[in-house]
Amino acid sequence: MSLYCRFKGSLGQFELDAEFDLPESGISVLFGPSGCGKTTLLRCLAGLNRLEGQFDINGETWQSDTYFLPVYKRPVGYVFQEASLFPHLSVRANLLFGQKRVKTSQNINGYISFDRLVELLSIGPLLERSVVRLSGGERQRIAIARALLTNPRLLLMDEPLSALDSHNKAEIIHYLERLHRELTIPIIYVTHSHEEVSRLADYVVVMETGKTVAAGEVNAIFTRLDLPIQHDEVAGSVLNGVVAEADLQWGLVRVAVTGESIWCRDTGLELGDQVRVRVLARDVSVALKPLVDSSILNCLQAQIVEIKDDARNSIALVRLEISDSEGMQYIVARLSRKSISQLDLQVGQNVWAQIKSVAVM
Amino acid sequence: MLDAILLTLKLATVTTVVLLLMGIPLAWWLSRSNSWWSEVVATLVALPLVLPPTVLGFYLLILLSPTSAPGQMIESLIGFRLPFTFAGLVVGSVVYSMPFVVQPIRNAFDAMGERPMEVAATLRASPLNAFFSVAIPLASSGILTGTVLGFAHTVGEFGVVLMIGGNIPGETQVLSIAIYDYVETMNWGMAHLLSLMMLVFSFLVILIMNLSEKRLRKRLA
Repeated sequence: MSLYCRFKGSLGQFELDAEFDLPESGISVLFGPSGCGKTTLLRCLAGLNRLEGQFDINGETWQSDTYFLPVYKRPVGYVFQEASLFPHLSVRANLLFGQKRVKTSQNINGYISFDRLVELLSIGPLLERSVVRLSGGERQRIAIARALLTNPRLLLMDEPLSALDSHNKAEIIHYLERLHRELTIPIIYVTHSHEEVSRLADYVVVMETGKTVAAGEVNAIFTRLDLPIQHDEVAGSVLNGVVAEADLQWGLVRVAVTGESIWCRDTGLELGDQVRVRVLARDVSVALKPLVDSSILNCLQAQIVEIKDDARNSIALVRLEISDSEGMQYIVARLSRKSISQLDLQVGQNVWAQIKSVAVM
Repeated sequence: MLDAILLTLKLATVTTVVLLLMGIPLAWWLSRSNSWWSEVVATLVALPLVLPPTVLGFYLLILLSPTSAPGQMIESLIGFRLPFTFAGLVVGSVVYSMPFVVQPIRNAFDAMGERPMEVAATLRASPLNAFFSVAIPLASSGILTGTVLGFAHTVGEFGVVLMIGGNIPGETQVLSIAIYDYVETMNWGMAHLLSLMMLVFSFLVILIMNLSEKRLRKRLA
C-alpha cells in the first residue's frame, strides 16, 4: 500500500472519522450515500479542507500532526462535480493554466504530453473555442485534461458525472475507462452510483455517516453481507472475466469467470477481452439441481459460504462462492427466508446459482 | 475655467487610482472574512452614502487640522498641512467615494464564490497568483463599475471639497465649486456652460459604463 490517510475532526455540524490504505495504481472509489462525507474526505486529501490527521503518499508526507502542505504545493489533480472552467479563458488557456505553473520533466514516470492527452480525450477540435459554448460532457473532458496536465501524482475526482445528463455520462465513462488503461497514477473517485463503481472501481472504500466502514477489492466488498450497500435495490456483485467464445448465431459471448461460464449479450467484444459482469442480487436464485427446462441461460455451480438471515425480514441474503484453481469470486443472491427453509440451505452446501440477467459493464 | 476642469480631472484620476489600490484588497477582505468586525468596517466604508458631505468634510477638517493630535502627527510625517491643499482634497475624496468603489467590487467577489480560487489552487496557483490571474479577471465587470463610479462621483462632489479644500483657484477650486462661484457672482453664462458640460459628461459616463458592463457580463456568463 502506498497511500495512507487518517482524518478525524468536525467541519461545522459534520463529524469525519476516516482511515484507509489504498493501492498505488488503479481507480479507488469512495462509495456511500449522499452526505456521508465522501466529498469532505476527498477535499481533505487535496488540502482544500483541513482536519487533523495524517496523509502519506509514496513515502512522502503531505499532512501530519505538525505539517500541512498547502493545496497549491501538492502534486494533485482535482476534478470537481461541475467542470468549473475559468470563463475568462479560452479552452486552450484553461488547459495550460496548471501546466505552465509546474516544472514538468518529460522523463518522470507517468508523464503524458499535451498532444497525447488531447488525443486521448478527443478535445482537439475544442481548443480554440470559448468555454461558454461547450456541452456538459465537453466541459468535463477539458476539466479532466486540465487537471492531468499538471502531471499530478494523484488524481481526485468528485462525482464527475453527477452534473451530466445520461448521454454525456456515457461519453465521460468511456473516456474514464480509456484513461484507466493509460494512466499509471492512482485515481480516487467519489460516487454514490452502483453503476459507476461496477464499471470503474478496482478498489472500494465504503463510507457511512462520516466513517470508513470497509475497504477492499470490488468483488469482495460488494458481496459482503454485513454492509448497508446490500439494502439497495440495485445491489449486486461484480465479477471479473475474460471473453472466451463468441456465439454468432444467437449474438452471445461466453465469459469465463473463475472456472464457470456466463453467457452475455455480445456488445462488440473481442475474444480475450477482460470484462466485468454485473449480477444483481435480486436476479440470482438458487436450486439444488440444475434446471433443464428453463429459459435461464446461466446456471453456475457454487458453494454457499454465508447466509444472512434476519428474522424481522422476509428476505435473506446468501453469499455464493465460485472458484477454480486460480482463485475465487463471490455472488450474492437475495432469497426469501421461506425458500431457504424449504430447501434447507446450509453454509458449505453445493448448489446451482441461476442468474436471470447479467450486464457486461 | 480651464484650470478648474484640469484640476477636477486630476483630482478624479488620482483619487480613482488610490481608491482602486485600497478598495480592491479591502473588497476582497470584506468578501472573504468571516469575522464580525469586517461588517463594522463595511459599515464605516458605507457611511458616506448616507451622511451629508458637509458632516464628513467637517470631521475630516477637524481630524486633519494642525490643532488636532492626528493632524499634527500627519503634518510631522509628510511635512505639510492637508486642509486647503490638493493632497487634502484627495484624502477627502477617497473617503467620500470609497463606497462607490468597494461595494461593486465586493459584490463581484461575492458572486464569484469559493470555487474558482479552489480550482486555481489545485492547479498550483499560489493564493496571490490566483488572486491576480483568477479573482481580478472574474471580478472585472465589478471593478469597471467601481472605477467609473469612483471617478464620476469624485468629479461631482461638492460638500466635502468645499469644507476641506475651500475655494483656491488652481489649487482646490474644482468644477462644482467654480459653478457655485459663478452663480454667486451672477455669471450665469459660465454657470450654464459648465453645468451643461457636467450633465453631458455624467450622462456619457454612465451610458458607457452600462454598455461595457453588459458586454463583460455576457462574456463571463
